[in-house]
Parts: sequence; C-alpha cells; structure tokens
Amino acid sequence: MAATEIHRTIETVWRIESARVIAGLTRIVRDVGVAEELAQDALLIALQKWPETGIPDNPGAWLMGTAKHRAVDYLRRGTLADRKNEDLGREMVEKEMQVPDLAAAMDDTIGDDMLRLVFIACHPVLSTEAQVALTLRLLGGLTTDEIARAYLLPEATIAQRIVRAKRGLSEARAPFEVPRGEDFKARLSSVLQVIYLIFNEGYSASSGDDWMRPALCEDALRLGRILAELVPNEAEAHGLVALMELQASRTKARVGPAGEPILLMEQDRAKWDGLLIQRGLAALARAEKVSAEPGPYVIQAEIAACHARARTADETDWLRIAALYGQLAQISPSPVIELNRAVAVSMASGPAEGLELVDRLQNEPALRSYHLLPSVRGDFLKKLGRLEEARAEFERAASMTRNSQEQALLRERARECSDS
Amino acid sequence: MRVMVIVKATQDSEAGVMPSKELVTAMGNYNEELVKAGIMLAGDGLKPSSQGKRVRFTGTKRTVIDGPFAETKELIAGYWMWQVRSMEEAVEWLKRCPNPMPGESEVEIRPVYEMTDFGENFTPEAREKEERLRKNIAAKK
Repeated sequence: MAATEIHRTIETVWRIESARVIAGLTRIVRDVGVAEELAQDALLIALQKWPETGIPDNPGAWLMGTAKHRAVDYLRRGTLADRKNEDLGREMVEKEMQVPDLAAAMDDTIGDDMLRLVFIACHPVLSTEAQVALTLRLLGGLTTDEIARAYLLPEATIAQRIVRAKRGLSEARAPFEVPRGEDFKARLSSVLQVIYLIFNEGYSASSGDDWMRPALCEDALRLGRILAELVPNEAEAHGLVALMELQASRTKARVGPAGEPILLMEQDRAKWDGLLIQRGLAALARAEKVSAEPGPYVIQAEIAACHARARTADETDWLRIAALYGQLAQISPSPVIELNRAVAVSMASGPAEGLELVDRLQNEPALRSYHLLPSVRGDFLKKLGRLEEARAEFERAASMTRNSQEQALLRERARECSDS
Repeated sequence: MRVMVIVKATQDSEAGVMPSKELVTAMGNYNEELVKAGIMLAGDGLKPSSQGKRVRFTGTKRTVIDGPFAETKELIAGYWMWQVRSMEEAVEWLKRCPNPMPGESEVEIRPVYEMTDFGENFTPEAREKEERLRKNIAAKK
C-alpha cells in the first residue's frame, strides 16, 4: 500500500473508532477534552507505526489499547492529590485487560460510554451551537474543517467553539454519566433537539446558495440511528429517526433542476426514496410499540408518514394531519405548529378556514420574522382570489428569508399573482 | 453516500448450501454492528439462481430464460445497502465482515448514483458556485 493510501485508511479507521475510543477514555480520565487529546495521541502513534508494521487486524482494539496506556501515563503524571485517580484508572484498565474475551466485555461498557458521551456533548452548560459542534466532532467523527464547511463558517470559528465547549465542560466539572429519572427525559430531549437541528440545517439550509446540504442530513440520520440503538426503549428517539428518514426520503424530489425548492404537494412522488420511507415507517412502528403515548417527534413522524403513504397529493389524509397537528399543539403549543395546522385545515376544509386560523397568528411575536407566515397567508389569499393581497404577502415573505433559492420562489409566486 | 455491497455467488451458494450455525451467528453480530453504527439501510440473502429467471431484451422482443445460470462468479448471492461517508469507509467496514462463504469468496462495493452525479445540479455553473463558496470560506479564515 502506498503511504498516502495507508494514511487515508488510518483516517477512516479513526472516523469509525474515535467516538468509542474517546468515550472509553473519558470514563478513565473524566475530562472529555483530555480524552480527545489522548485519543489523538494514539492516532499519531498509529500514523507513525502502521505504515511500517501494516494495519493491525483489529485496528479499533489497537487504538483503544494504545490510548488507554496513554491515559494511565497521563494519570501517573498527575499530582499527588490525584494519586487516587491514577490507581482507579490503572485498576480499570488492568481489569479490562484481564478479561479473556476482551472484545465482548468492552462491548457492554462501550454502549454505556457512548451514551455518556452523547449526553456530555449536549450538556446544558453548553450553548446550542457548542452542543452541535461537539456532537458532530465527538460522535459524528467529523473534522473541524468538515463542520466548518457544512455550516459555511470559517474553520477558526468552529475550532474556537469546540475548544471553549471542552473548557466549559471541564470548568463545570460536568459528570460523565447517563442522567437518571426526570433529568434523563429532559436531557434526552435536548440530545434529540441537537440532532434534529443538524438535520434541519442540512434539509433547509438557513443561509447560503444551496437550499439543501444532503451530507449534513446523512450525518444527522446516522447520529439518530446510533442514538436509537443506544436507547432502544425511548419512543421519541425512534420517532426522531422516523421523522428524519421520512423527510430525507423526499430529498431528490424537493429540488428542481436549477436547485430551486419544489413544494411537497408539487413533488414528483416517483422520486421519493422507497427505502427510506420503508425505514421511516418501520422506525415509527418501533416507536409506537415502545410507548402508547406519542411525544412530539412521534407525532411529527406520523404526519410525515401520512404524506409518505399517499400515492398522489390528492390522496393525502388532511383531516388526520390536521388532527395530528392539534395533538401536537396540545403537548407543545407553538405558533409554528398552529401555522402548520392552518395549512392542514385549509387543505381539509378550504382556504377560508385556514385563513381564519392564520389571521389569529398575525400578532404572534415569535412569528414576526418568520417568512412562512406571509407565505402561507399569501397562498390562502391567492386561492380565495384575493390576488393583490396575496402578491403583497409573497413579496413580504421574500424580503424575510435569507436563502436565495427560497427568495426566488417567493418572488415568482408574487409575479404569478400580478399576471393572472 | 450510499453504496451497494454485493456478495458474489459461489458453487455452495448456488447449490443452496445453508451457512453454518457459526457463520449465521457471526453474520448476525456483524449486522448488529452495522446497525449500531447507523450505516446499514437494508440487506438480504438471495436464493440460488436455479430459482431465478431472466428476461432478455432484443429490440422489442422479450425472451424469458429460466435459471440456473452458468457463470457462477458473475452471479450474486446477497446484498446490503449502506450509508457511508466515503468509499474508504465502506472498504473498512467490509474488511470486518466475516467471510460470507466457506472457502474463497468475493464481495463488491458499488457506489449508488447521487443527486449531484447528474442533471443540472452538477453543471459547470454549480461547480463554479461551489468553488466560489469555498473561496469565500477561505477568505473569511
């Protein structure tokens, strides 16, 4: 193998293994920043050694073993006050090394460690931005540069964010543990939120020329699937996976040839990805099996499933969708959900009823800069034949979005109103 | 990106020889790893080609041909669909797969066409746009 090829292979092995290695190390050194540095040391050793010795049969175990030795060294270098830590760390490592079936024994704790890593990356002392960056970095195995590219930000900004996040966790002495009881639900919901934020940034990019960045959607999906396997009894984790799989199934259909967005009802359903739909419906079934009381992600997934099950736009069960939005609004009342309900109601019972609901939202502070409010209102007005008002709403919506593709679509709709 | 991982047929698989208990367990564990890593989308084993059929197209004519088919090494015995970040990642995961057949066997990885592979999305304009974006980002550093 050529040297560059070996390096690329090592990088790939690292991507696959890094989360587990960092998780295992954090349990020993109790500091995610230190753990990542130690893991990086192990990677550097691999980069030196493997080109000569060849890649070991079980590269993951090699990296983990090497990193753990570094961890023991690190603890040994610590002050006298940390003496206890060192003993503890060494004891842990030795215990693990003694187990005859190392791989199997490690597998048990790896699951726990990974889950702890998920929770620490989304720790409440961190800002949402920091949670996102740390999750992509530690769990997704993305490099700082890749995260920067995905978010169209300078690499230095992301690097700073990650350094500060790690320092923040260290200063707050954030425990490396899976929270219990009430705390667990709250923390899990912020983990789900972080993953869904990543997905949405890819699914409808908030800035830039491209409306979608599918690679980011794929990363989020992958994180979601990993999480769902780590907490198989949490319906909402499966609900989130279902929601993302179903939304991602429309990726190919929601962009036109020039990169312009195509709305759900106008999409060519033959372009929907059957495999992802099937996976989404299966994840939804799993969620429903785990819990009879649907949470917000499960309900949103059910709504997405209503669309996925309709072979043509006309077959859409709008009554059920309107009811599901109603259910969603009861659990987590929000003007955005109310806006969506208005759309479903208008489809089920006509634009006049939709308009009535939307008009109630006009003074909602949360929607003041939300371009979809005038966009939806414009749509209802247009259907009611009130074209001049509709045009003004589309123009207003266009001036409110930063995404150039969406802006173009809205301007086009405004033009349609003046033409007819 | 999505890849199809194709398990090539062997004389055993074509003869309908069932995998050993050990292999079934090992494969089960491997599949579980793939699921836990969030990369496995689908996968199935295929029955021997003796139970398959082919339709041959010649112009507007269609001829149905019954299996089995002779060219064993060209046949497939199973497949996975994976979602990975790169071809290298797919190779790395595949290396960890237990040998799917007794004796020698071959498994092939083929990337699926993505949206960006065709159409207007990857016209010179789109490429140029991406380049511009990269430069913008570089300039901000």
